[in-house]
Amino acid sequence: MNRIRPTRGPPARRGPAAFAVLAALLLWLAAAPAGAVDAAALRALAAEDFDEKGAAIEAIAATPGATTLAVLEALRDGRLRVDGAGRGWIVDGAAVRDAVTGAPSALPSPEPAEVTINNAIRAQLDGAIAALALFAPERGVRLAAARALQDGEDDALLATLRRAAAAETDPAVRTALGLAIAAITLRADDPAERLSAARTLASSDRASVRAMLAARLERGADGVPAEPDGTVRAAARSALDAVSARLARAEWFGRIFAGLSLGSILMLAAIGLAITYGLLGVINMAHGEMLMLGAYATFVTQAAFRAWAPEWFAWYPVAALPVAFLFAASVGVVIERTVIRWLYGRPLETLLATWGVSLILIQAVRQVFGPQNVEIENPGWLSGGVVLGPLVMPWNRIVIIAFAVVVVSAVALVLLRTRLGLFVRAVTQNRPMAGAIGVPTDRVDMLAFGLGSGIAGLGGVALSQVGNVGPELGQSYIIDSFIVVVLGGVGQLLGTVVAGFGLGVTGKLLEPWLGAVITKIVILAAIVVFIQKRPSGLFALKGRAAEA
Amino acid sequence: MDRGPNVRAIRAVGPGACGATVAIGGGAVLTPPARAVFTPPQWALLAAGFCAVGVLAPLAHALLPADHALRPSSYAVTLAGKFMCYAMLALAMDLIWGYAGILSLGQSLFFALGGYAFGMHLMRGIGREGQYQSDLPDFMVFLDWKALPWHWWNSDSFLWSVFLVIAVPGLLAFAFGVFAFRSRIGGVYFSIITQALTFAAMLLFFRNETGFGGNNGFTDFKTLLGVRIAEPSTKAALLSATAVALFGTFVFARWLVTRKFGRVLQAIRDAESRTRFCGYDTVRYKLAVWTLAAVISGVAGALYVPQVGIINPSEMSPANSIEVAIWTAVGGRGTLIGPIVGAFLVNGAKSWFTQAVPEFWLFFLGGLFVAVTLFLPRGVISLFEHVRGLRPRARPAADAPARPDRLPEGSPPRR
Repeated sequence: MNRIRPTRGPPARRGPAAFAVLAALLLWLAAAPAGAVDAAALRALAAEDFDEKGAAIEAIAATPGATTLAVLEALRDGRLRVDGAGRGWIVDGAAVRDAVTGAPSALPSPEPAEVTINNAIRAQLDGAIAALALFAPERGVRLAAARALQDGEDDALLATLRRAAAAETDPAVRTALGLAIAAITLRADDPAERLSAARTLASSDRASVRAMLAARLERGADGVPAEPDGTVRAAARSALDAVSARLARAEWFGRIFAGLSLGSILMLAAIGLAITYGLLGVINMAHGEMLMLGAYATFVTQAAFRAWAPEWFAWYPVAALPVAFLFAASVGVVIERTVIRWLYGRPLETLLATWGVSLILIQAVRQVFGPQNVEIENPGWLSGGVVLGPLVMPWNRIVIIAFAVVVVSAVALVLLRTRLGLFVRAVTQNRPMAGAIGVPTDRVDMLAFGLGSGIAGLGGVALSQVGNVGPELGQSYIIDSFIVVVLGGVGQLLGTVVAGFGLGVTGKLLEPWLGAVITKIVILAAIVVFIQKRPSGLFALKGRAAEA
Repeated sequence: MDRGPNVRAIRAVGPGACGATVAIGGGAVLTPPARAVFTPPQWALLAAGFCAVGVLAPLAHALLPADHALRPSSYAVTLAGKFMCYAMLALAMDLIWGYAGILSLGQSLFFALGGYAFGMHLMRGIGREGQYQSDLPDFMVFLDWKALPWHWWNSDSFLWSVFLVIAVPGLLAFAFGVFAFRSRIGGVYFSIITQALTFAAMLLFFRNETGFGGNNGFTDFKTLLGVRIAEPSTKAALLSATAVALFGTFVFARWLVTRKFGRVLQAIRDAESRTRFCGYDTVRYKLAVWTLAAVISGVAGALYVPQVGIINPSEMSPANSIEVAIWTAVGGRGTLIGPIVGAFLVNGAKSWFTQAVPEFWLFFLGGLFVAVTLFLPRGVISLFEHVRGLRPRARPAADAPARPDRLPEGSPPRR
């Protein structure tokens, strides 16, 4: 349920913008006499022999020029085409550029072949690209490059790193470079160098550094430790402790964040259910399908933007909000008018009938959109994430947590400050009395049902940005959101919020120890026991209303 | 949510509850006369039905030559056996939902548990005939397990498996029921919690580490009690056994609901608080019928597995669980024959739809859920009674709920 999409890491995300700046600068530099990608190197790249290719890459990287970085990146991504005459083209989607001049160009026919590389070449390319980036004029690029090299995989980069560190003025980048250097010098021959490396690495926050330090402390088969020097061993041990503690803390925060993210989605799914269940005493089993419809409304909006307003594409999730709300709300009102209204006072039958409605909705969506998941793309501002040390918090999840908070506040405002909200609360507390003093209970039922369904539609928009969208999307949420309602107390907005976040965080904290399935079972058992103690949920209504 | 004074509800309870109030006062004056379980014509009809599916059909299948016109095909026998198992499940559902007003969405869990308990025995019956020619079931060899896990202990004993078929669903239902009923979880609360329980169990059984074959479950059975399972005579015997179980359950259920036990159940369904105030320990009654229904479901599952030849976790999916409710509702809950009819009707329709127009099956099923609850709350059986004008006064509340269209189940939880 809580699948995290593979998000693109920060270096890659910042890449295009940064490289545009870099490319502009390099173009400017190209006016001055500088090295450049030359025909000889390109011809070597076309060779079959991988050693020859490696040498060519070295030659290209050694004399950076206008198109060097673009060529190397294209080579790594399989987008570089060269012919035997030493001409090269960088293919970038539909656009083609000349590899030597960087000017727009077109592929000749017959089309030249792509340059094939192997893993060794790819590693070499990564190193070369990183080294180029280390001297980039833009601070962000240098920092990302220095971070990317902190795993200390390539001894050959040591000299480059030292040169970069000596030239570096920015303290953050220098620290990052220091860590990258230490990761390599931890294996140096000189004990003093190893000692200072171990001390430096204590401030690292990488799992690979933890493994590296642990490896230095291990004893081989002959009982001789990998690290011969006692002082270095002690420093490595304390560094290991520091890094482990830092990583454990980060993991802990990561779990809480994942729990909040799950909880916000549970909450969006459960609020509507809490309102209608509190109001009508019926469970709408088709409530999960309102999430599904909201997600499909997002899909349709996305398609509409792609077709008619591609320049505004980034904002389609925002435009999808009213679409999803209105669509889900109107479907909800139709269900209420045609099915649920006739079954008031018969909650079990309502449960079955709405289940039937949910089956029909699922099959209808299957007929229209097909049984497969549909593809929903995160716009730029919702992809990538915030990096805090080893912790990456994806933007889409952060936005959804904030969105859930906004929705809850809006619902609270509606319930506490509007006439409809007043009526909803009155009918929830005492239906006959509210009717007797003139509240149009029938209309309130209908509008509240529409409101609840609409909120679920909003939840669907949120869900479409983090998970798969398919016809069965809603089915898995109905049980979870009902449990949130039970735990929070019927008709209690605050209870729903606390229960949603509480269940999300607890689940995510338990998961690493128990596994996802056992966690679900444990939580379920805990809730059954909990209801023994507090049958009306965490936040029970006080007074006579509760007895009604 | 009609909480006003409800005289009709008391009347619906019938004289049983009033008898009890009088008995408390001293002297059981108003105890109703014990009703016959069936009238003689009904007995005759029942015996004829049993002879047809429990004796004649199996005999014809086992003894007649394969190309004989009167011999039921292997497909027909399997289908009949499967439907009868479903009918037992629907009957169990009817006892708790139609009579006690508790809508369980976990009945297919007990069905599957019974199936798995018996499936273990069938898996051991494969012996060394599996793909890997090992004493262990194939999936364990595949997982590189060296010995049977603890819960497979003694699974080669038939009697032990029969014991498990009854004990596992029974005990689970009992333990769950104690918790749920004591804290007065009722109405939709109970329904959803049983559904959550079923869902959790399904996830558990999907795991390979649970030791029940994960995704694939159990299949490819070879022998049962030393005879080949694919033999016509074995199939016939299984069909016969299923018929015995179904008719036995039917008669037993009928006996139960015509006694005091059944009357108290209906009183609980129609007005639980009042029944409690009359001095009945409603928790015990509910617990008893809930456990009994679980055991019946488990037995149905155990009979289902050897006939259908496979059991896997999707058998206990929430969708399957809810489908049981619709079988019962379509036939007519609160009558015992209704659920049996409903199970045959809905599953017959399912067999036809999924072969002829599979994409419309969910539309039909969904429509059925809506239509039956809206327009036919007493099921197709009520149509029969309409058409035949069947003694509308002679059969008071005992068989059909007095107000089946407005059962005052407690909806939001009360305490």
